[in-house]
Amino acid sequence: MGKTLAEKVWDQHVVRRGSGAEPDLLYIDLHLIHEVTSPQAFDGLRLSGRPVRRPDLTIATEDHNVPTVDIELPIADPVSRTQVETLRKNCAEFGVRLHPMGDAEQGIVHVVGPQLGLTQPGTTVVCGDSHTSTHGAFGALAFGIGTSEVEHVLATQTLPLRPFKTMAITVDGELAPGVTAKDIILAVIAKIGTGGGQGYVLEYRGAAISALSMEARMTVCNMSIEAGARAGMIAPDDTTFAYLEGRPHAPSGELWDQAVKAWRELRTDEDASFDAQVHIDASTLTPYVTWGTNPGQGLPLSERVPDPELIGDDNERATAEKALAYMGLTPGTPLRDIHVDTVFLGSCTNGRIEDLRAAAAVLKGRKVADGVRMLVVPGSMRVRAAAESEGLHQVFLDAGAEWRQAGCSMCLGMNPDQLKPGERSASTSNRNFEGRQGKGGRTHLVSPLVAAATAVRGTLSSPDDLA
Amino acid sequence: MEPFTTHTGVGVPLRRSNVDTDQIIPAVYLKRVSRTGFEDGLFSAWRQDDQFVLNLAPFRAGSVLVAGPDFGTGSSREHAVWALSDYGFRVVVSSRFADIFRGNAGKQGLVAAECAQSDVELLWKLLEAEPGTEVTVDLRDKTVRAKDFTAPFQIDDYTRWRLLEGLDDIALTLRHSADIGSFEEAREPWKPTTTTLSS
Repeated sequence: MGKTLAEKVWDQHVVRRGSGAEPDLLYIDLHLIHEVTSPQAFDGLRLSGRPVRRPDLTIATEDHNVPTVDIELPIADPVSRTQVETLRKNCAEFGVRLHPMGDAEQGIVHVVGPQLGLTQPGTTVVCGDSHTSTHGAFGALAFGIGTSEVEHVLATQTLPLRPFKTMAITVDGELAPGVTAKDIILAVIAKIGTGGGQGYVLEYRGAAISALSMEARMTVCNMSIEAGARAGMIAPDDTTFAYLEGRPHAPSGELWDQAVKAWRELRTDEDASFDAQVHIDASTLTPYVTWGTNPGQGLPLSERVPDPELIGDDNERATAEKALAYMGLTPGTPLRDIHVDTVFLGSCTNGRIEDLRAAAAVLKGRKVADGVRMLVVPGSMRVRAAAESEGLHQVFLDAGAEWRQAGCSMCLGMNPDQLKPGERSASTSNRNFEGRQGKGGRTHLVSPLVAAATAVRGTLSSPDDLA
Repeated sequence: MEPFTTHTGVGVPLRRSNVDTDQIIPAVYLKRVSRTGFEDGLFSAWRQDDQFVLNLAPFRAGSVLVAGPDFGTGSSREHAVWALSDYGFRVVVSSRFADIFRGNAGKQGLVAAECAQSDVELLWKLLEAEPGTEVTVDLRDKTVRAKDFTAPFQIDDYTRWRLLEGLDDIALTLRHSADIGSFEEAREPWKPTTTTLSS
């Protein structure tokens, strides 16, 4: 019997097969580090007198806490500053490469890895961040880990793990114009729920997935965790290889040819079977937005705020009632009538150059509505530089948006970019949890196209709504 | 890690599903570089409400949290486990846990006990009818008990063994250093390193 893509990558990384209840010991090819989930792990190494086993398979960047304005100044928040300085000290002490604030390669860890060419097909990638699933777009087995596991990987370059189950998410057909990778993944999460992927690696496949660019594939895989999955993967193909070729850490010359030959084997065998299957017809999808406080509470933009009374399951109904109360929404309100005061374009989900281009194309020659502030936060300094060389920053500035430095920013509000209590955002990020973007803040997850159109109209909108 | 065999303490009914890690501890508390003292961040937004379960006298001293399905979804922050442990919780009972949360709990000696949702509902009723009722969680026979109520719970055998023995994962793995070394020697030559450029 054949193997799935996830099983192939798994099997290639087993250092030691566990027997009975014992897990397999899995080798980790790339360990990404940032300031938030690593300090206690480095402390653990110091306490036990252990070195970092493979600093040459480890890379760090500052992203969660960094301000997106005045980055030449010391970080104003002393607690954030200490955390960033702690990362710098730890990286220096343990010999780990670091891209600090202001560096040309600094950015969100999940934007930095791929753009450097470090994320490659068939590798195992971990990071103390749940959105590590992003890297699965390359056919890597990539997943988020906790701080104890960060310490484990630093010390041993391995993790004890039991194999994940596999789920095929087949997206057939063709996306209509104006419908994007973000809409695909919001529709997937709405369909299978925030717990539907628990214990699974999701493999996205089908014509609509093959047609996506690498950056769009990263958007899809990024939010696998929002369906509860450990990881999301897409089999590597010519699109993947074209993206990688020539990047700083991609193989070159004869090694490139060898690598591509091996990478072409990384696909689910015809006779392999998945533990679960989900089908979606891409041609039926329209722009999606969330109305509630978990990413599974999403609907097409053309719909109305749902009525909890109509939900049969007691727990689901109670959850929906609490969500609507928190969001300040009334059942039956058309989603298009919801006013926002903030639009956030950025994050590891949608902070790449194609996202910025898509939003800029909508904003060109238009203005952000009165009473709305729009933050544009590139995912990395490289994305920022690319946008500036294309003149995108000028489009954003002319429209009245703010053009910021790179970082996680308002996706989780660990830096000063936050919503105030009661403020409402249309956000291209990945989580609409209570208080995620600032205490009392209300978040609607959207694609970059919907974010830009919403900025212009001041209510949740798609580009088709713009005259 | 302290071994865990059995624990008895006040049960706290948390009638919510999808309790994500941003609710367990908001990001603002994640800026610390220490590993202790996260109890003030636990459910900090909900604790502003006087009627929140942890603000009610008998539950304040709780150590067994009984929550709705999909507990611990979202972020990988282990701080969620630290916050629960620092507050005094030793066990979380739920019918479904997010994978990363469950893994983090197992590393830190917090028992994530997976019970049938029907048993969670019975426990909720019992704890609400008699606030302050103690719940016993026995890792040896994998049962949750309170008054006349007894229910089995699931936990994977390896995590259970590690918790019972109080074993450090890293030390266990380092027993296999030779295997790791052999694996490294056989890695494909095109695999990237962060310290050298390709050309």
